[in-house]
Amino acid sequence: MDYKVKLEIFEGPLDLLLHLIKKNELDIYNIPIALITEQYIEYLDLMKALNLDIAGEFLVMASTLTLIKSKMLLPSPEVEEEEEGEDPRAELVERLLEYKRFKELALELKEKELAEREIFTKGGVLDVDSARKDQDIWIDASIFDLLNALKGLLETLSEDETKEIFIDEITVSEKINFIMERLEGEDFLSFESLFSHFRNKIEVIVTFLALLELMKLRMVTVQQISPFGTIRIYQAV
Amino acid sequence: MDTREMKGIIETLLFVSEKPLTIERVVEVINKAVGRDVIRSLFNELIMEYRGCALQIREVAEGYQLCTRSEYSEWIKDFLKIERRSKLSRASLETLAIIAYKQPITRMEVEDIRKVEISGILKGLLEKRLIRIMGRKKVLGRPMMYGTTREFLEYFGLKELSDLPQREEFLSMYDKGSAKKEEEKEAELFDNNSH
Repeated sequence: MDYKVKLEIFEGPLDLLLHLIKKNELDIYNIPIALITEQYIEYLDLMKALNLDIAGEFLVMASTLTLIKSKMLLPSPEVEEEEEGEDPRAELVERLLEYKRFKELALELKEKELAEREIFTKGGVLDVDSARKDQDIWIDASIFDLLNALKGLLETLSEDETKEIFIDEITVSEKINFIMERLEGEDFLSFESLFSHFRNKIEVIVTFLALLELMKLRMVTVQQISPFGTIRIYQAV
Repeated sequence: MDTREMKGIIETLLFVSEKPLTIERVVEVINKAVGRDVIRSLFNELIMEYRGCALQIREVAEGYQLCTRSEYSEWIKDFLKIERRSKLSRASLETLAIIAYKQPITRMEVEDIRKVEISGILKGLLEKRLIRIMGRKKVLGRPMMYGTTREFLEYFGLKELSDLPQREEFLSMYDKGSAKKEEEKEAELFDNNSH
């Protein structure tokens, strides 16, 4: 399977960390660094396994996490434990909080944007639609939500059913057609139902790559009702 | 020219104007020694008069605009056969939020907050004229600094920058001596019209 998806994953390492914190319901001021590091690296491995282009920033963050983890393991001087010695996590927490704040502000802007879409003027409406040729991907569900769903899916499939014989027979373009056919005449398709017939990991992964490719091509959008909720695939209008 | 006539002119200009109509523009057109305050109060009178109408006049992007009301949007969409949805991706909105609150700001500074490379997004936002180049920062490499445009205000239905959600809390949280900071930032700007 020599296929590299150059999906422009604009979501970065901080998004992934916030995703993990939310998923595990962790206190942002007291992050269990060992747990987070482990899960973070698991995601990186999964992205690598999918042949996704991993931006350098993800690797920098991985080493930052590892560094913090090792600092936390060092015995702290007992005497002035309370007062002295800055928490090695402090800077990271500050970064996360700042970024989280901007994410919230972005959401508020989005609400304003949507409200504004209901008001029309004679002319001069900033027509973003026609100016739109960039590679931005509009996804309500983040790439990490998708990876999370994929992870869950792969875990339910047992190893021994996978027979390598099929590898060459499944192509991404075939699966692209498959997804588009499934979407034909439907409002949307749930993530689960798209993958429900597959017994084989390779088939699941290739279909997943096809889905990412379709998102990149703006032929589908992927949305979620709530964080970690069911993921739906819509044909782009 | 009496005020009734002036109000008529303003209403007419609102009707033909493609962009939010500013007080300055009206003063320019009327070409009389009319105070800005007079024009402003006439705009406000018009806003009041439109209260019971299907159309509305509202303040947006440092100007005034004649536009529809949201309760009629379904009819318009059916008529024009269009569907309007959120058009900016999450990545674009986040980048825009950072620029809006911390402008003028360089690409590196935005990337430092998002920890993601954003040159593609910046290009898209520039093309949509939601941001503009405001000058160069007086540091090594003289990187360009970005800020939001009037179109940005219009797109999000904001009267002015201070109309941004939670701007006060934001400023007090980030810049303790915000007034001084602003001055410093101003000082960093030059070649303002280079774009």
